[in-house]
Amino acid sequence: MLRDITLGQYFPGNSWIHRLDPRIKIMATLLFIIELFIVDNFIGFLIAAVVLGIIVAVSKVPVSYILRGLKPILLILVFTFALNMFMVKGRILWQWKFLHITAEGLELAVFMAIRLILLLMGSSMLTLCTRPIALTDGIERLLSPFKKIGLPAHDIAMMMTIALRFIPTLLEEADKIMKAQQARGADFETGNLMQRAKSLIPILVPLFVSAFRIAQDLAMAMEARCYRGGENRTRMNEMKFKGRDYAAIVMMLLFAAVIIIESKVL
Amino acid sequence: MDSIIRIENLIFEYQRDETEKPVRALKDINLEIKRGSFTAVLGKNGSGKSTLAKNLNGLLLPTGGTIYVNGYDTKDEEHIWDVRQSAGMVFQNPDNQLVSAIVEDDVAFGPENLGIEPAEIRRRVDKALNDVNMGAFKGKAPHLLSGGQKQRIAIAGVVAMKPSCIIFDEPTAMLDPKGRNEIMKIIQELHAEGITVVLITHFMEEAACADRVIIMHNGEVFLDGTPEEVFSQGEKVRSVNLDVPLAVELAAKLREEGIDIPANIIGTEEMVEYLCQYK
Repeated sequence: MLRDITLGQYFPGNSWIHRLDPRIKIMATLLFIIELFIVDNFIGFLIAAVVLGIIVAVSKVPVSYILRGLKPILLILVFTFALNMFMVKGRILWQWKFLHITAEGLELAVFMAIRLILLLMGSSMLTLCTRPIALTDGIERLLSPFKKIGLPAHDIAMMMTIALRFIPTLLEEADKIMKAQQARGADFETGNLMQRAKSLIPILVPLFVSAFRIAQDLAMAMEARCYRGGENRTRMNEMKFKGRDYAAIVMMLLFAAVIIIESKVL
Repeated sequence: MDSIIRIENLIFEYQRDETEKPVRALKDINLEIKRGSFTAVLGKNGSGKSTLAKNLNGLLLPTGGTIYVNGYDTKDEEHIWDVRQSAGMVFQNPDNQLVSAIVEDDVAFGPENLGIEPAEIRRRVDKALNDVNMGAFKGKAPHLLSGGQKQRIAIAGVVAMKPSCIIFDEPTAMLDPKGRNEIMKIIQELHAEGITVVLITHFMEEAACADRVIIMHNGEVFLDGTPEEVFSQGEKVRSVNLDVPLAVELAAKLREEGIDIPANIIGTEEMVEYLCQYK
């Protein structure tokens, strides 16, 4: 179950999308998220879904891989869906005692669910198609104008690199601890929600301890390799806009224009 | 200049907490490591061997005495990065020393910190990965590799910084026998290329590959010499709870039985070679 999380995981590849400048991809993702909130009808979502579909197809990331990333939010999805479906007032379609489903509620529920799914799939495309280091480099470069007002752009980027690198390591660690506890008779699968939540405490405590131990080891290893912050640091892969990056900017703006016009007109 | 590391009257103390008396982990150590040599440091847990290793590149600073690496004093803050570039370090846990989620980016981390030109970093990364036979894995994520492979990446990350000396702090302790053999082979290859190797270990067979063996006990140098010299003192080695390599033990037993085995046979393979004459 812990291995299903694809958010923040890189899918190695060499597609057109993979080779785009990370700054473009970050901006495009942000724009995509904003557009999803501008969209106010199903046709808009259809356009967004088609665009996302094309991006996925070009990137050659298997669809099953992206869908797996949806699993962790399945609960949130179901919860918001139910909430919208039952809570919104309007034309009643079905009623049982105090529970009722309205046409408006159903529409809103589907609407929000699509928005959530597109949101997650869209943003996971960013991390799936961008090497973590390129991603953090991109963030660092995008944030560097804010260095003047004291924003530690390099430190933020480095923290993110490390967080991404250690997600699988910490998951493995959690898995190990869970197995060790299960071997000694711990039960994580039965009982009500409260009991299950409580049974996670004996996992979290050792997990924190080992996270600190890993952090200490890593800090020492980084120092041994002459890490001294962002000053005078060079990069193996320099960032330069190429032809495809300009093409991507044009497409991005075109898509944004279509979404804006479409939501205003209809 | 003939020695790459010179340790003079090194004392290292640490405090577990404020109220406690400081513990002396290293007591007056004097050593010289020759350029291009292969030194193995042996010792039980708590003998101070790991503390010594971390002192050699300024990760820990001496409480007393001085360490010179490539002529730089490790306490000299101005040259601390020169010290660390000269004396690279590979740690025990392969997982906790890789910074990046992509193999080649991780290898590039050290050279990037040194501020080297991008094209030169590229060359160094490719060469370092080929040196450890991991060229085919440069686009992979480290967490999908085996322990031995991860450790090879960590070695490549240090090699790419072009150090004159690499300190290995129990690099094989967490690996399976296969991974252990791979790492030992790479260490020997790096040594053959002229890199000074300091190998902290508790495997006797690994120490037998070195051209100098130092046994640490209670924060002091207990024995120091060629592997032949050190392992021929079987009783002394055992007195600090260490074993001698199997081949050495066998040789001693055969000698008791009146079979003359030359003193320079300490490795398993040499032993097999020698004994097979009697076929």
